[in-house]
Amino acid sequence: MNKYLQLSEVCIDFPTPKGPFRALDKVSLNIAQGEFVSLIGHSGCGKSTVLNIVAGLHQATSGGVLLEDREVNAPGPERAVVFQNHSLLPWLSAYQNVELAVKQVFRRTKSKAEMRDWIIHNLELVHMTHAMDKRPDEISGGMKQRVGIARALAMEPKVLLMDEPFGALDALTRAHLQDSLMEIHADLGNTVIMITHDVDEAVLLSDRIVMMTNGPAATIGEILQIDLARPRKRVELAGDARYNHFRKEVLAFLYERQRKVEDIGAQKRAPQAASSTRVPLAKQA
Amino acid sequence: MKSITLLSISQNPGRLLPTADQLMRLGRGLILPLVGIFLFLFLWANAAKMIDTSLGQFPGPGQVWEQAANLAAEHQQERQREQDFIARQDVRNAQILTANPQAHVEIRPYTGKPTFLDQVGTSLFTVLSGFILASLIAIPLGILIGLNESAYAAVNPLIQLFKPVSPLAWLPLVTMVVSAVYVSQDPAFSKSFLISMFTVLLCCLWPTVINTAVGVANVSKDLLNVSQVLRLGALPHVFKIIVPASLPLMFTGLRLSLGIAWMVLIAAEMLAQSPGLGKFVWDEFQNGSSNSLGRIMVAVLAIGFIGFLLDRAMLLLQQKVSWDKNAILR
Repeated sequence: MNKYLQLSEVCIDFPTPKGPFRALDKVSLNIAQGEFVSLIGHSGCGKSTVLNIVAGLHQATSGGVLLEDREVNAPGPERAVVFQNHSLLPWLSAYQNVELAVKQVFRRTKSKAEMRDWIIHNLELVHMTHAMDKRPDEISGGMKQRVGIARALAMEPKVLLMDEPFGALDALTRAHLQDSLMEIHADLGNTVIMITHDVDEAVLLSDRIVMMTNGPAATIGEILQIDLARPRKRVELAGDARYNHFRKEVLAFLYERQRKVEDIGAQKRAPQAASSTRVPLAKQA
Repeated sequence: MKSITLLSISQNPGRLLPTADQLMRLGRGLILPLVGIFLFLFLWANAAKMIDTSLGQFPGPGQVWEQAANLAAEHQQERQREQDFIARQDVRNAQILTANPQAHVEIRPYTGKPTFLDQVGTSLFTVLSGFILASLIAIPLGILIGLNESAYAAVNPLIQLFKPVSPLAWLPLVTMVVSAVYVSQDPAFSKSFLISMFTVLLCCLWPTVINTAVGVANVSKDLLNVSQVLRLGALPHVFKIIVPASLPLMFTGLRLSLGIAWMVLIAAEMLAQSPGLGKFVWDEFQNGSSNSLGRIMVAVLAIGFIGFLLDRAMLLLQQKVSWDKNAILR
């Protein structure tokens, strides 16, 4: 398998007054170029921490991340992040927000006119050219998130990291943006890691779904290969037996095998035997 | 008043009487403040009648108004005298030159007593110089200690120590230092100006330093992450992310600083006898005529009004540079 992005035995401890707290324990994952991977798990299981380590915003305590065989130890535009709450600079227009990123990444390689074309091209990808002179407080949540995606894409990242990009949006807007994201992924073939809480979103968008166990010392529980043909259409898939099977697999992992006992106070179940679609972890490493 | 009535009629053209809602708004915006002011004037006028001082009765609104008019008239007389003096001097010099073209003529500046309005001008110039200089020091310092926790730990005890110091405690030191250090044959600034200005500067640094530091330290983590992912250099990071994000608190600090600067200046001028409103008040007090209290009261009201205008000016500036046009500023 193509090892474009490698996480090997990533552990992270956070210091607390009672001593170090192990948030992640031995997370190992290989991601191929152009692959779309979702991370799913209950809140507090360390999904965002994994993403932040790949982004370079957090440093692994032991283990590490390799991108094209080079170690990741600081943030950089080749690993662009789409943040959950858009994180646009509120004093800049949509255009200027993308421009800030483009100027930073391409100031030596592109002329002014080329940069302008590139900014507009990326705003076109997310269908935001009509509001590019508006500031974030003048546009809706979905539009802000589109601009956030345009900004990340404009950095021409090797890996696009998305931290619950559609979590704060209403269902219709979310569906719309998911479709846009699938189009963009089909066009550009980016390598994407996306964190999500939404089972349907994970199954619809991903090539693989990485399901994480509950913390502390969270790690990868199971990995589900989603080999549905692309392009995928949500309405057609709604009645598709395999789609529903994948959905059920994820739901079973989240609500049976990794049920949050402290939240629900119910009994804890032992992990069940792996089903045929689940790739055993040993093969992944 | 007229324009408001016209406006309210034009908003409901069917009726000539304004609606209850419009009356409420008119009441809140105009009538209530007027009620407050009239009530104050009434209490003041009646209380003043009951206070007898060694300089005569305490001035009521009427006497103060009279003195305000006197001060304006004195200012015009003084200006007239200055023009007359210059005209006389020009005529005299011209006569000397026609009698003897080689004669050396001297042009002397007019040296009249500064009027109330001159003193207002001096005070404004001094306070703005001190405030601007203080801001030029305080904003970079605030950004530095907001960004760097070690710098904050090092500087914070000093800020806490100097912040509560009264201007009057600084004044003797500033006076001696300025006298010792600023020695020049042809001084560009008078010593009294420098003394007042540095005292103002020392006292109005702190609110801007503290508020800027708090603003900088509280810039949202998300924006800092954006800056990190973009790998912005130190200067772009400060100018593109930190400064715009901390602008609201920076302005809170600047407004507090300007308010303090104005209060400190009056006290410093009074004690140091440097030209300005403070000196005007002190001179009137020493003068001890029956008009003195009225004239001091004019100065008090002028000080208050100018302080208010300075604050409004800062607010306007804040609205001008603020990116968040929806923010409610008061």
